[in-house]
Amino acid sequence: MSEFDSALKIFAQESEQLLQDMESALLTLESDPNDSETINSLFRAMHTIKGSAGLFGFNPIIAFTHEAESVLDKVRNGERHIDAGLISVLLDSKDHTTKLVDHCLNCPDAPLPDDLAATSSLLIERLTGKSQAHTLQSSDSLSPLHSEGGGDISLDDSWLISLDFKTDALRNGMDPLSFLRYLKTLGEIKDVLTFFPDMPKDAEMDPESCYLHFKIVFNSDASKQTIEAVFEFAADDCDIKILPPNSKIDTYLQLLDAMDENHVSLLGDMLVQIGALTPNDVNHALTNQAHARQTDIEPVKPIGEILVEQQVVQQPVVEQALKKQEQTKQKIATESNYIRVDAGKLGHLINLVGELVISSAAMNLIVDRHGLSDAGDVAASMNSLVNAIRDTALELRMVQIGETFSRFRRVVRDVSNELGKEIELKIYGGETELDKTVVEKINDPLTHLIRNSLDHGIESPEQRLAAGKPAQGSVQLNAYHESGHIVIQIADDGAGLNSEKIVAKAIANGLIKPDHGLTQQEIYNLIFAAGLSTKEQATNLSGRGVGMDVVKKNIEALRGSVSIDSTPGEGTTISIQLPLTLAIIDGFMVGTNETRYIIPLNMVAECIEMDSRECEINEVEHYINLRGHALPYLRLGDYFHSPKTENAKKRESVVVVKFGQDKAGFVVDALHGEHQTVIKPLGKIFEKLKYITGATVLGDGNVALILDVQGLIETAINKRKKNAALPA
Amino acid sequence: MSIEIKQLKNAAAHLAINGEMTIYTALDQKTTFSECLENNKELQIDLSGVSEIDSAGLQLLLFVKREANERHIKLSLIHHSQPVVEVFELLNLGNHFGDPIVLSANWKKT
Repeated sequence: MSEFDSALKIFAQESEQLLQDMESALLTLESDPNDSETINSLFRAMHTIKGSAGLFGFNPIIAFTHEAESVLDKVRNGERHIDAGLISVLLDSKDHTTKLVDHCLNCPDAPLPDDLAATSSLLIERLTGKSQAHTLQSSDSLSPLHSEGGGDISLDDSWLISLDFKTDALRNGMDPLSFLRYLKTLGEIKDVLTFFPDMPKDAEMDPESCYLHFKIVFNSDASKQTIEAVFEFAADDCDIKILPPNSKIDTYLQLLDAMDENHVSLLGDMLVQIGALTPNDVNHALTNQAHARQTDIEPVKPIGEILVEQQVVQQPVVEQALKKQEQTKQKIATESNYIRVDAGKLGHLINLVGELVISSAAMNLIVDRHGLSDAGDVAASMNSLVNAIRDTALELRMVQIGETFSRFRRVVRDVSNELGKEIELKIYGGETELDKTVVEKINDPLTHLIRNSLDHGIESPEQRLAAGKPAQGSVQLNAYHESGHIVIQIADDGAGLNSEKIVAKAIANGLIKPDHGLTQQEIYNLIFAAGLSTKEQATNLSGRGVGMDVVKKNIEALRGSVSIDSTPGEGTTISIQLPLTLAIIDGFMVGTNETRYIIPLNMVAECIEMDSRECEINEVEHYINLRGHALPYLRLGDYFHSPKTENAKKRESVVVVKFGQDKAGFVVDALHGEHQTVIKPLGKIFEKLKYITGATVLGDGNVALILDVQGLIETAINKRKKNAALPA
Repeated sequence: MSIEIKQLKNAAAHLAINGEMTIYTALDQKTTFSECLENNKELQIDLSGVSEIDSAGLQLLLFVKREANERHIKLSLIHHSQPVVEVFELLNLGNHFGDPIVLSANWKKT
């Protein structure tokens, strides 16, 4: 409870300060009664003290400051004139508030002494000019409950249980009396109100229906959960409301204060945890809320409000829980478990780790070369440590994509308002992680694609209804990991792409010839070409035909790829594939003619010896017969060098690589195995180099080139097509 | 279950209930009570023979009381059997049974 104590201390200090300010403000007012800023500060002082006192349930303070506040509010609005008389009453009120605060802090549980209570009434009388008929005690019990019996029930130490049995309860074998008997075993039933307002007259009354309602005032130390369990069997046939005693409020507030501040929980969960609610209460409220959302008659109320309305928990408890929730959120947001690190430092660390990986490779090489078997063990364990460090260092830069995704909620909201469309954004896989640098660079292309979906993809509500679809369109953002890549999908349930329009436009722009012979898929991908937009009229959002090509370029700059799929009338899906990181990859090293190449390991499907039984090469039609399947291939040596002149037949191997759906074989001279590859970007002059995405330094100081597998697969497939088309 | 009806004098009846007042008997008993309410200005219900009373039975008594009140029929419950007393105590209906709005003894005090 130390937090509670320290909060009290803050309250004491704060009130003291405010009251002092109030005094000096009053004194200023004596000389200058029209100073509106000073009047405001008076109002704020009373208002703040009232608010803070409310948090601690200091009812005498609340009651008194409330009156003072109302008077000051009137003064502030010019409804009441401030004069020497009022100032002196206010000065007395200030002194009195000080006493009230002292009393509440020193003996919070004791009732207000008579003299203080009397002063309160007297001052209120002087402040308001009205006589204070009822004593302050009435404000002690919060929101008195009006029962059909008329009048209020004092609930300070008792549970209030409302049982509203449904008509069929008796027929279903319930006997309400038996629940009351059982309840008696848990505590003392102080009072029962039995009423039957809906019992019909005379002949209408069905003696087998149940018209009984009970309100039970119940004293018990049992928890809410236990009490609720009494009525467990009746739950279907009875509306049960269990309101904790007011005296429990303090306990709940204290428990709330003591709650763990390291996680943000849902409001319902918090209240269940402290015992103010049972899971049933929360479920019930949630069902109501969901129901309200569906019927859509009035704005959906927050869950806390529903709970109070259902009379299962008191307002102050909910307020405090909300406050606590907010505090926890803030705390997590501010101090939390994160350390903010300069991205530059992190980049430097990752560079160093890269160097470490290279030198560890060099060391392994030397250990191997000299056959130092005892050093081999040490090297191996160091190697695994280096791997672990590499992975951890890379993970430091990994961030969840969810934050980027949720930024688009605003975009979708604004754009759909602007366009007069109803569009919902659904987000999946927000917890998928990828490199921060990638996240930053993917933001613009994503925005563009989403705007495109909103503008071109989703139809207007009328068109949608006419097409038999719900008026509300949806755009889905989805992210998931797939073979070392992250895939981000933007899917809409709109009209889909119109391939005829695309073809017409592409022909008009000279992108393709009328006898193009392209597949549907290839036609769709034409929209990534520069200068192509199918929207007849450009809006200020999109449609100028500038952008999709930029999107593609941006994504390819990240070593990623983008593809599009569409079903007319059902929607369009754009998939972006991106590498998880831009720094270090697991590579597979191969060699031809002394040159070494790195293929990203996750793209390698298998390695096969050439001319083995499983694998035959057909040089004329340019394919490899791999277990009965035709596989396009590339001879890496031939492709990157001038063809070999020496005739010495080397043993060749085939590395089968895959990218997405496509597969191809790379024919190489040597397989060097897995290699930790630190990607070094190529210099400016090599920037335009095709099919090489980067380089890496090997342990022996040589350089290996990293292959652009995707581009090479395409080349292989094209070559195969060309050769297959030739007459044999 | 049975209700013995003794017509005492003009428009006054004495009803003695024997056996249970439960959901199983409520329908029959209600018919009998309704008839008596139609034809009398004064009703005496003798509960001494009530061996068991459940919510339906209690509800029926509450119903009879309300109807009687509305028609200005004088209703008195007499000779409460133990099960009836127990239920009346449980619900604090006790002596106050018959108030237009059923309030308990404790309630009156506070």
